[in-house]
Amino acid sequence: MNLFRTLGYSGTLGLSLVLFWLFIALFGPALAPHPVGEIVAWDVFEPIGGANLLGTDYLGRDVLSRILHGTRFTVVLAAAAAMLAGFMGVSLGILAAVSPRWVDESMSRFMDALISIPGKIFALVMIAAFGSSLLLLIVIVGVAYTPGCYRIARSLAVNLNQMDFVQVARARGEGRIYLAWAEILPNMIHPMMTDVGLRFVWAVLLLSSLSFLGLGVQPPDADLGSLVRENMGGLAEGAPAVLMPAVAIALVTIGVNLVIDSLRGNVSNTAGSV
Amino acid sequence: MMHIMQLIARRAGTALFILLLVSAVVFSLSSLLPGDAAQQLLGQSATPEALAALRESLGLDKPGYVRYVTWLKGLLIGDPGVSLANNMPVAELVAERLPRSLVLAGIAALVSVPIALTLGILSAMYGGSRLDRVLNFTTLCMVAIPEFLVATVLVLIFAVKLGWVSSLSYAPPGASLGQFLSAYALPVVTLFFVLVAQMARMSRAAVLDQLSEPYVEMAVLKGASLPRVVLRHALPNAIGPIANAVALSMSYLLGGVVIVEVIFNYPGIASLMVDSVANRDMPLLQTCAMIFCAAYLLLVLIADVCAIVSNPKLRT
Repeated sequence: MNLFRTLGYSGTLGLSLVLFWLFIALFGPALAPHPVGEIVAWDVFEPIGGANLLGTDYLGRDVLSRILHGTRFTVVLAAAAAMLAGFMGVSLGILAAVSPRWVDESMSRFMDALISIPGKIFALVMIAAFGSSLLLLIVIVGVAYTPGCYRIARSLAVNLNQMDFVQVARARGEGRIYLAWAEILPNMIHPMMTDVGLRFVWAVLLLSSLSFLGLGVQPPDADLGSLVRENMGGLAEGAPAVLMPAVAIALVTIGVNLVIDSLRGNVSNTAGSV
Repeated sequence: MMHIMQLIARRAGTALFILLLVSAVVFSLSSLLPGDAAQQLLGQSATPEALAALRESLGLDKPGYVRYVTWLKGLLIGDPGVSLANNMPVAELVAERLPRSLVLAGIAALVSVPIALTLGILSAMYGGSRLDRVLNFTTLCMVAIPEFLVATVLVLIFAVKLGWVSSLSYAPPGASLGQFLSAYALPVVTLFFVLVAQMARMSRAAVLDQLSEPYVEMAVLKGASLPRVVLRHALPNAIGPIANAVALSMSYLLGGVVIVEVIFNYPGIASLMVDSVANRDMPLLQTCAMIFCAAYLLLVLIADVCAIVSNPKLRT
């Protein structure tokens, strides 16, 4: 009850969406009525509500089953990438705060350079250079969002570093690693978790755009973005095979966004989003 | 006045320095890859002699930093090499495609910026009201929607169901106004959706920031009306942050253009870049990436200049 009050209507709506998609990501493949690659109908691009609940795709496969399988790719890849970005951003940010000035300066200038490469462009360059296996996709998207995370983590850590309790620990003669690990890190976990949540939203969007361009998850695997791409031929008929995976992506990201926004107490400041 | 010029010059210097760093990042990422361009061009069955000869003619036998300097020099004098995929000079390909992308992005920005700013300022003015809450909810959902969902829904409604516009979007030069509108309507509206929500949220935050300042409270207490407080007192101080918000949102425009050009088969520079990624055509890819980064840095620089010029503390 208390939780619902702090979340408000939109937050509760968001939370239910998030729980729903978590459930699908965990159990979706087990719930799917057909195996992911099975061709179930002679008709391609069937409409909603026939024998197959969400119609069929460009090969006559069941769209619902494809989505139930694809969600896991989208959610897991994006979550792993966001956590990677959070981990690297926080470690480097704290490192910058407790290091000598020149380390901080050079690291921050380098991150400034990375941050001024728009995320999609950065990802495209890295994919051209290294290719796009599932693991590489996680690393590429994670690295693309590290500078933004670093910037926030560093400013939090620099502020904490000036606090009295950290100064006391320093006067006590504690080393840098102890200061970073035991004094600074525990106090920035909360704000950084919201930040990682937001980055999860962007990671979902970036990964599905990459898959939509045919440069992300490669067949035979398919995330939600790949599903939109492979069925683009059905757009002229208004096939649900194109629309449904795209709607699924939007519902994942909207859910997370709503939860984060209400957790922040409607400050609703998404600035610094790079 | 001298002071302002100095500040602007310093900002421009920083931007150039960052662009240089960016070029180093882009070059090293894209040319230190396993398996070089010569191998790529000749395939696995190439003889070692042919490979060595091609490497020499492409300059791949030289150390990395030499190639970087050569590449950077070429980029600066407008000769960034030859595309590996179709053997045309990169400069020629880019010169053909870039203006079209600029037209698309320009129209989208012209439509979006005024509307986004109006929405942002209105919802800050009536913060906490029903209007504000509705706008907050809508924009919050809109920033989370992928571009291709917006584009497919628009195509379904306006091109497939209603048949008002064509789903292919390129008006050849000399097209009539009607053709032009019909070709550009859907891509521009898609970009509009991507851009407006983000920009409205950020400009709302910028104005709200000012509204919590003591001088605004003072203005309210002396009996100034709400529009007067916001428009005359708060807004001039919010110009800098708002310009910043607009510039940051433009990175969404640059990202959105990539998807929109592909989905609508628009022959611009972003679709050129996506092709170059698929073909691993590095010279072309590097140039396109640098154009995007330069465009973004230029926008941020313009925002910085706006902030400096609009700051009365710096006017002497």
